[in-house]
Amino acid sequence: MQFGIFTVGDVTTDPTTGRTPSEHERIKNTVAIAKKAEEAGLDVVAVGQHHNPPFVASSPTTTMAYIAAQTERILLSTATTLITTTDPVRIAEDYGTLQHLTDGRMDLMLGRGNTGPVYPWFGKDIRDGIDLAIENYALLNRLWREDVVDWQGRFRTPLQGFTSTPRPLDGVPPFVWHGSIRSPEIAEQAAFYGDGFFSNHIFWPASHTAQMVELYRRRFEHYGHGTAEEAIVGLGGQVFMRKNSQDAVREFRPYFDNAPVYGHGPSLEEFTAETPLTVGSPQEVIEKTLGFRDYVGDYQRQLFLLDHAGLPLKTVLEQLDLLGEEVVPVLRKEFAALKPAHVPDAPTHVSLVAAAERVETAVTT
Amino acid sequence: MTTIAVVSGGLGVPSSTRLLADRLASATADALGEVDLEVIELRPLAHSLADHLLTGFPTGELATAIETIREADGLIVVTPVFSASYSGLFKSFVDVLEPGLLDGKPVLIAATAGTSRHSLVLDHALRPLFSYLHAVVVPTGVFAASEDFGDISSGQLAERIQRAAGELAALVGKVDPTARRRRTVEDEFADPTPFAELLRNASDPGTAAPPTR
Repeated sequence: MQFGIFTVGDVTTDPTTGRTPSEHERIKNTVAIAKKAEEAGLDVVAVGQHHNPPFVASSPTTTMAYIAAQTERILLSTATTLITTTDPVRIAEDYGTLQHLTDGRMDLMLGRGNTGPVYPWFGKDIRDGIDLAIENYALLNRLWREDVVDWQGRFRTPLQGFTSTPRPLDGVPPFVWHGSIRSPEIAEQAAFYGDGFFSNHIFWPASHTAQMVELYRRRFEHYGHGTAEEAIVGLGGQVFMRKNSQDAVREFRPYFDNAPVYGHGPSLEEFTAETPLTVGSPQEVIEKTLGFRDYVGDYQRQLFLLDHAGLPLKTVLEQLDLLGEEVVPVLRKEFAALKPAHVPDAPTHVSLVAAAERVETAVTT
Repeated sequence: MTTIAVVSGGLGVPSSTRLLADRLASATADALGEVDLEVIELRPLAHSLADHLLTGFPTGELATAIETIREADGLIVVTPVFSASYSGLFKSFVDVLEPGLLDGKPVLIAATAGTSRHSLVLDHALRPLFSYLHAVVVPTGVFAASEDFGDISSGQLAERIQRAAGELAALVGKVDPTARRRRTVEDEFADPTPFAELLRNASDPGTAAPPTR
């Protein structure tokens, strides 16, 4: 199982000090956090894509390439790549290039984006969100699998004899996750292609996530990619830890109360009870995270959100230490012990190349 | 059994809005014969409604109330008039109902106010709101000003209640369930649109199949 972090790249004022980091600082901090994640023994770091303040993360592949150049092992991913407003040809080219530069140490998660005005800024309409995600990915999928593409659709100019370069490394396209909070159509899409499905998980109650993952698993089996248990599932999570539970609650409360997404709404206690958010000791984080398996089954990727709501860099790095030292080693062991042998790990470039070779051998012999 | 959900947006305890809601409910029950009345008071849901507006998902009693609306065969909705319209709390409840949830649902609209000068709120605020939501609004709306509760002699309020309840009863169970109804997230979970259809609709919305299969 893979463990990692995801960041949305928000510039938020620290409510306890009133200090707002500069964009430059936030971008550099994202790199520092990613490097620390590798040091702490995590497997994945995912960056966001947004095209409006207060977010600085508008160019994920630039950031990913820079991080990849300064790390050895950690896998670079996104949370999310906007499949609606980004030209699928540019996604094919940008992430195709990144795949070569990182020697396959990357994948990507597609999302729609929920900021209305961003769509018209890129010539699109948010009401077409699902249609854009469906058609654009259908094209992206072909661009990475067919050397010459003739294509005509509704949302971009037609392609005649087009070859997206560079061609995928070792002839194997990057692995794709489809991320969603609440759209069953996206679970259906992920299932159709046999791609991964990532449930945002963190803003909604467990019952909803369970329903989304169940649909994806059922349809994954329907489309003949394997049994429902073999489908590739990822989950978001959100934690804040201190050795003593009470210290964690005291320190995190002002950040929670003023957080951009849910601040000034439910209390920390209510939100903790309703959603995956865990504020407490490393042991509490371990227990709650292991509980996710009870309603989504054995899954492949767990990403935590740590660096938001104005938390200072120093605090985020301390969180990564706790995650790496006290939480992830236990989770690895416990999840592995529970997982049946036929449930696969999340695909990586190496495993996808091996799978492609097996298919080729089977065909030629 | 037929289920009628009764939404009361009154804030006072006791509340004249709830009083009107109860009279409408009772008259509807009389008209329908056997009926299950589910009363949803919005006052205790105020905090959950504010949370829902910020988080995007319903919790506890609010989630139950939304399910009650989904399952109901018809609705009676009653709001107090605040600043020339329905109350903010009432509108917040309507705002968190998923598009499609009220498609084709018979709704009896009613309102209370301190003065009869607000009576047009029914036709200028409530009726367009529920029309937008594709509900089937009964022709007679019921408005009760404070003074109506002291005017028994004319019998006008009682008569309007009776007429509106009769109209609601006549509509309940008559809406064709196979008529075009927008698909909700719940429908997608129960019976997902196959990917081939999603792809076809994405590239050519003109070929989109009717929303209900």
